[in-house]
Amino acid sequence: MARTVLPFGPQHPVLPEPLHLTLSIEDEIVKEAIPKLGYVHRGLEKLAEIRDHNQMIYIVERVCGICSCLHALCYCQGIEKLMGLEVPERARYLRTIWAEMHRIHSHLLWLGLFADAFGFESLFMQFWRIRERIMDLQEETAGNRVILSVNQVGGVRRDISDEAAKWIQDTITIVEKELLQLKSTILDDSTVKIRTVGKGILTKEKAYELGAAGPTLRGSGIAQDMRQTGYAAYSELDFAPVVETDGDCYARTAVRFKEALQSIDLLRQCFAKIPQGELSVKPKGLPTGEVVSRVEQPRGECLYYIRGAGKKFLERVRIRTPTFANIPPLLEMLPGCDLADVPILILTIDPCISCTER
Amino acid sequence: MFMTKIVLKNLFTKYATRLYPFQKKEPFQHSKGELKIIMEKCILCGVCQMRCPSQCIKVDKQAKTWKVDPFACVYCGVCVDACPVKCLYQESQYRAPLPEKDTILHVQQPKEAAEPAS
Amino acid sequence: MIDSSVGVTEENTAEVRPDEVITQSRVLKDEGFRFITMSSTELEDSVCVLYHFDKDLELRNLKVHVPKGSKISSVASVYSCAFLVENEIKEHFGVEFDGIPLDFQGMLYSDEEVQKTPFCNIGIKRA
Repeated sequence: MARTVLPFGPQHPVLPEPLHLTLSIEDEIVKEAIPKLGYVHRGLEKLAEIRDHNQMIYIVERVCGICSCLHALCYCQGIEKLMGLEVPERARYLRTIWAEMHRIHSHLLWLGLFADAFGFESLFMQFWRIRERIMDLQEETAGNRVILSVNQVGGVRRDISDEAAKWIQDTITIVEKELLQLKSTILDDSTVKIRTVGKGILTKEKAYELGAAGPTLRGSGIAQDMRQTGYAAYSELDFAPVVETDGDCYARTAVRFKEALQSIDLLRQCFAKIPQGELSVKPKGLPTGEVVSRVEQPRGECLYYIRGAGKKFLERVRIRTPTFANIPPLLEMLPGCDLADVPILILTIDPCISCTER
Repeated sequence: MFMTKIVLKNLFTKYATRLYPFQKKEPFQHSKGELKIIMEKCILCGVCQMRCPSQCIKVDKQAKTWKVDPFACVYCGVCVDACPVKCLYQESQYRAPLPEKDTILHVQQPKEAAEPAS
Repeated sequence: MIDSSVGVTEENTAEVRPDEVITQSRVLKDEGFRFITMSSTELEDSVCVLYHFDKDLELRNLKVHVPKGSKISSVASVYSCAFLVENEIKEHFGVEFDGIPLDFQGMLYSDEEVQKTPFCNIGIKRA
């Protein structure tokens, strides 16, 4: 049987991210996939040579347009470790609140795009309508809908007043009620199950060996979540990583849906425990040394390697985003699937190509 | 079961979206919108120029001007926080679209009210 | 409690020679560590490459100083997922890796017209 070589992407009606795959197919079954990146490469790491360590926060935030607040958090934690700063407790709780709001909005965005990929447009619009409430919360408390610019070295820039806190808690109660109304549609509907159960299976050993991150790893049965290390205020909150064991697309969808509900619970815990206090400490001196900083972004584990030499500009800022780690597992899942399932499998690792290529 | 209740409810309620441009949204109070300056208070120190991450502010001490490129500005608000005399502020409404790119120039008149000139 | 931001110190970093990398990473793989990524920095006459490994949220590093213009064998024989980040380091810093399974010839992110490596000035990419 002769093989056909099919180029897929970067512009395609069903693909939300500019990723290019060269698929070799034989009779509609994919045999091999070769990726190609580089369509949105901006070279942001090189800007560290001409922008000082405070200005880099705003550049690092713009690496991704969905999980931007968590990039700034990871960077600020690394610089604070290099300079030996202790962030006040109220600032740590506020950072956690904005991080969890980001996680909810990212997972809702993904759930909508996933439903759109197999043609369920009305569910896509329902998820995004719920997401608008979270965007309003972010705009009122932090100033912008996505690129929040609230983190700074030493703490946060803005405070959440008591009436804003009450409004947030009322809104997340409504969000939880609306999400639970959609739970049976995304998890029990037979049309959704036909497209997702048994597709793209990643076994537990392969997921660990190939270095998968985030829901791709937790959907295959490994309970690892960077929030367990207790950065920001997570050491005082009570939670356990959400794990499913099947390793197929359905398991990863269930992990993300349950994590969105878990984030709502974490927000409630934060508001119950948040103390009064200062918002930031004043940094002194310039960062010197090497540090590796990790946080849990909605897509997985993100690593920052920062190296400073006591000068105004940092020597190196290296960013490794979770989608970069999830591309080898994707190339492992693709051979053997149908051509019509390729967009579902690409979406199930939650690609964010602007993060990958910076 | 499933989405039937939501679909039926949506048939009899009003639109979920706003009929823009006939109905505009009230901006939130603390949004970061257009950047403006009160030129009489400015002391031309240049701290805003040093701190800006996108290098869009130019301060000329000799000519007593303060210039911003509103298309390069990312509306982060660092200049507002850094200004020692608090003469910079951000509106809650974002800047209106313009047909061509331009910079905004403010000239400080000595002992008189400032006039913005494009 | 494990810290999520850790400094690169002697406790968690072992400095090895370029030819010992494969054996050391095989030892770590047998102990159950998984591969996270590699980072590289340009120093005066060498490129410092750091390998990051993780097991149960604990971080371990291997530091290698590769003299500019020389080769180092690819760790993809031990951890197959490393080919992507080795391609990126080859494209940005010009470090040659021996035996990468899928080699993009320095064109992972940039096009054919780009001749020099963006970060390190050791030479032309396409010979």
